[in-house]
Amino acid sequence: MITFEDIVKPENLVYEKTSLMTDKALSYCPGCGHGTAHRIIMEVIEELGLEENTIGVAPVGCSVLAYEFMNIDMTQAAHGRAPAVATGIKRTWPDKIVFTYQGDGDLAAIGTAETIHACNRGEKFVIIFVNNGIYGMTGGQMAPTTLPGMKSSTSPYGRDIETMGNPLKITELVAQLPGTYFVTRQAVHTPAAVRKAKKAIKKAFENQRDDKHGLSFVEIVSNCNSGWKMTPTDSNKWMEENMFPYYPMGDIKVDGKLVK
Amino acid sequence: MGELKLMKGNEALAEAAIRAGADAYFGYPITPQSEVIEYLMSEKPYERTGMVVLQAESEVAAINMIYGAAGAGKRVITSSSSPGISLKQEGISYISGAELPCVYANVVRGGPGLGTIQPSQADYFQSVKGGGHGDYKQIVLAPASVQEMSDFVKLGFELAFKYRIAVLILSDGVIGQMMEKVELFDQMPRLTDEEIYEKFPWATTGKKKGTERRIITSLDLDSHKMEEHNHHLQRKYKTIMENEVRSEAIHCDDAEYIFVAYGSSARIAQKAVDMARAKGIKAGLIRLITLFPFPEKQLQAFCKQGVKGFLAVEMSAGQMVEDVRLSVAGCAKVQHYGRFGGIIHSPEEVLRAMEQQIIGG
Repeated sequence: MITFEDIVKPENLVYEKTSLMTDKALSYCPGCGHGTAHRIIMEVIEELGLEENTIGVAPVGCSVLAYEFMNIDMTQAAHGRAPAVATGIKRTWPDKIVFTYQGDGDLAAIGTAETIHACNRGEKFVIIFVNNGIYGMTGGQMAPTTLPGMKSSTSPYGRDIETMGNPLKITELVAQLPGTYFVTRQAVHTPAAVRKAKKAIKKAFENQRDDKHGLSFVEIVSNCNSGWKMTPTDSNKWMEENMFPYYPMGDIKVDGKLVK
Repeated sequence: MGELKLMKGNEALAEAAIRAGADAYFGYPITPQSEVIEYLMSEKPYERTGMVVLQAESEVAAINMIYGAAGAGKRVITSSSSPGISLKQEGISYISGAELPCVYANVVRGGPGLGTIQPSQADYFQSVKGGGHGDYKQIVLAPASVQEMSDFVKLGFELAFKYRIAVLILSDGVIGQMMEKVELFDQMPRLTDEEIYEKFPWATTGKKKGTERRIITSLDLDSHKMEEHNHHLQRKYKTIMENEVRSEAIHCDDAEYIFVAYGSSARIAQKAVDMARAKGIKAGLIRLITLFPFPEKQLQAFCKQGVKGFLAVEMSAGQMVEDVRLSVAGCAKVQHYGRFGGIIHSPEEVLRAMEQQIIGG
């Protein structure tokens, strides 16, 4: 008879949780993409052997507590200020690996100036930008990236672009700046997307490790099933049908050159 | 004796930052303190000591660069003037909550709003009562000379790292812009990476294998833990109040009437003391060097000594005077005199105010 012990052996191991994620239960809603995004970033840092040299910067928003889940040294920044905080760290510790993890409200609304100027100065760190088109933490208000007509608690009749403005494609915007070296848009809602996103994140951290000239910026278009008031499955389908046409997947700038 | 130079106050502060072994200055230009970043940029401290100088996109960004670097154990400094200091308040509150050491200077101009570019002392409340949100304090040093613009950078870093606290050098447009002889202290070495690892077990420098990770944050969603953190902060502030009060008493031993002032107002009041003494009035001056902690006990001692009245002299509508009143608790008469909105009072006006509001009033 085959016993449990016969199966659970190191040689049979096909997947193991990275040691760079803590054992603390994630505070994210079931179905949310943040947990996957956290995991692949931590896997990349572990695979590249950078954990002893990495300092992360957490934002304000749903991922404000990212430092509770990411098992590395981290600094929690004021709302929108993560790129400035990261600049302070990287400029004084140029040999460290520094990254920010920010949501759309943090990066593309209140922190627009910090985002654009860090990109424009060509700061040599990584920005991971999780765009779910809504303010999740505060309860589903309109974000700078909320789609036209999309309902939120502060656009209850849908985003009216006449009075509320257009969704901001900040990723395309920062790609135009000479200071960015690598700009890409990814997703984490399917196994294939996760593999691609992880590859992009790896490239971003390798750029920094190899002291490439400029900032690496990875957008992850993600779902917010709670904020969008959908089941996780429906939210992923809605994301593909509505978010992806507005925020198309793929690399925008590679090795300092626009490819799109 | 250290190197002697004729310098502007703002330049002396900038030079002192290099000599104090600062790792970085992050700032944004604003009158009347733009000489700080201009001096640093022209001086190339990155060649002298390896110090980083960066012009940020805003005061908000600059203070957050300070927050990031301070959290990583670096010795960092910024400066601004009143409207820019208002913008930095969010960062100061975070720095205070996360208990990070840093030094910053406010070369005060007249307000409110965009105000004027002339000198003022109207940012006292913001400096000592908490300009940002939450229950926090910062150490506030008030230089009254170009010499102190230099000396207080060194002292500021000592105190900032001793208590893991923000230290504000509260200057004004007079002290920042005027030129005086200054004796510069000798170059101090910047800390090495190894020294930072060793000295600052709280700093984010990369998690070494087998060690606990380090987190810089001011957040705790558990309100009981947050209350305990606040108690810890208050205990720290109490220790500072007991140990770090600094003031200078001038002609106070036999004084019946005392001017209370800091910064450029203290220099003006000192002249008024001389003029009063020449007229036979037993006047003295207590010059405040730390505004927080406030020299309460020193003022109370004057009451026991029989001082009949205090005149708070400040270039504001009357801010520090409230702390003078609280300190002496009704033992003697306390009045305020000051010009404001960018106007500087004369020694004659100050003496007249003492005669009319305190002695004859």
